[in-house]
Amino acid sequence: MEKEKIITVKNLTKKFGDFTAVEAISFDVYKGEIFGFLGANGAGKTTAMKMLIGISNPTSGEANVAGFDVQSNSEMVKKNIGYMSQKFSMYDDLTVKENIVFFGGIYGLSRAEIKIKTAALVAELQIEDIINSLVGSLPLGWKQKLSFSVALLHEPKIVFLDEPTGGVDPITRRQFWEMIYTQAYKGTTIFVTTHYMDEAEYCDRVSIMVAGKIEALDTPKKLKEQFKVDSMNDVFLKLARNIE
Amino acid sequence: MKTILFIVQKEFKQIFRDKNMLKLIFILPILQLLILSNAATFDVKNINITFVDNDQSSDSKNLIESFRASSYFKSTASFFSEKEAVEEMQKGNTDIIVNIPVHFNRDLQKQQKTSVSVTINAIDAATAGIENVYVTQIITTFNSKIQTESTYLSDLTEVQESLLVIPSFWYNKTLNYKTFMVPGILVLLVTMLTLFLSSMNIVKEKELGTLEQINVTPIKKHQFIIGKLFPFWILGLVILTVGLIIAKVVFNVPMLGNMLLVYLFTGVYLLLVLGIGLFISNHTDTQQQAMFIAWFFMVIFILMSGLFTPIESMPKWAQNSTLINPIRYFVEVMRMVMLKGSGFSDIIPQFVIISVYAILMNGLAVCSYKKTT
Repeated sequence: MEKEKIITVKNLTKKFGDFTAVEAISFDVYKGEIFGFLGANGAGKTTAMKMLIGISNPTSGEANVAGFDVQSNSEMVKKNIGYMSQKFSMYDDLTVKENIVFFGGIYGLSRAEIKIKTAALVAELQIEDIINSLVGSLPLGWKQKLSFSVALLHEPKIVFLDEPTGGVDPITRRQFWEMIYTQAYKGTTIFVTTHYMDEAEYCDRVSIMVAGKIEALDTPKKLKEQFKVDSMNDVFLKLARNIE
Repeated sequence: MKTILFIVQKEFKQIFRDKNMLKLIFILPILQLLILSNAATFDVKNINITFVDNDQSSDSKNLIESFRASSYFKSTASFFSEKEAVEEMQKGNTDIIVNIPVHFNRDLQKQQKTSVSVTINAIDAATAGIENVYVTQIITTFNSKIQTESTYLSDLTEVQESLLVIPSFWYNKTLNYKTFMVPGILVLLVTMLTLFLSSMNIVKEKELGTLEQINVTPIKKHQFIIGKLFPFWILGLVILTVGLIIAKVVFNVPMLGNMLLVYLFTGVYLLLVLGIGLFISNHTDTQQQAMFIAWFFMVIFILMSGLFTPIESMPKWAQNSTLINPIRYFVEVMRMVMLKGSGFSDIIPQFVIISVYAILMNGLAVCSYKKTT
């Protein structure tokens, strides 16, 4: 079965002065898969992701996301992707509803569409009682679930999640991954970075970045076989240690 | 257009949600206008004056009396020795010492000629100059009175020829300082408020991380910028209106010209100020940095605006540098339209300069705003 490529990356490089943050990485992501993008702090994950979502220009190499080149056609890329950043990015001084209206609006949804979307979200997440609360007053777990939902408002083909579950409890993480699965099942491609190795096990395929390069890329099962270990945690440790 | 409305709606919600900020935006400028307009006066009044009367004659008492009769002077205790009077000046209790010599009376009567020594505290040179004028005026008046009297007495036929100057003050007949200051201070308030709010606005989203989220959306640069700045444009015009009402009701400042002209000019002027604010916002990473830079420009703009010190008395290079000061033009236009009743044709130069300046600044600001780094 020929799988449709939705992201293709060739020799993508980003340099800040003399420092090479991302060094000639190449990989493909297929439509509808959950692609785990792993790496230690400072390995270059966020930088690589910023190039893919069109807010950072590559120094060299190319990347095609959702059918558009990230450098020459970044605005079209932005139309087709959703993004949830590491730093939580809804407005604390607006209510949940106002945030939905605002983000829906700037993605070009009409007021009527936003109304339908809001109703659907309220039903799905059961948030009738908090829809008019200020986002700043909500617990982190809720904020992140909402942030994910807002990133999906305009029905993007791909959604990029940058450490979406940082700092939340295991139950909320579990619920969050259930949302990810539901979305992937609907055909949305998920591109996710994480530090939690148990989450890496949930991914269809995983790449591991070390010092700006991709050192391993395969399904979690095959990676474990390749490195002859029992868990993704050990795969990660082995890779990181070998490099050092 | 639709997208811009969504941003405007969001910005207004955020402005009105922050009740403390709202108070700052409206109450502080009103207080400033009320306080500054009353306090920032260059009238030299309540001058402390001390006399050293060495003569103790009727003429010397008359001279002192004519000083006391003037509303500009506030006489402090008289002394008999110059030394004591100088000590008073050292302590800062007096600004002027009038020293009347012994035989003042006798010399006046006999020789028609005598001298009075006047010592003026000139730490503030401008004030000292004005004080000197006042003192000279009083002595001159006193002098001519003496001369007239002595003419009668000695029956001399030779009558002094004198030149009489009758000033007529235009545009501000009563020489009311507030009439001059209120429009100027209003300009400062409108400028400060819009500059500070706009320069901190986008950088605030940078700090919070929400700007990154915005940059990942397909929103166009101009949509975002217009949506962001439009609420502050409205806010600036609202502050202007509140200020004008206070100027009329509280200070009774004349508004001779067409006020629509003031609004038209302010509308364009605000675009320029917002452009500067946006430019600052784009080139800083934190609200603190933005605030510092905004203040830096603000202080220079204020001091070189011709509001407190006349541009005509600045050195040539400083005069030239005021040509790029937007506040200068706004102050000029406000005073022209409100106090002189100037029409559109009179303010065309200022209008053209500000328009070109606004286009230039906003162009720079839009170029320096980058969705992709």
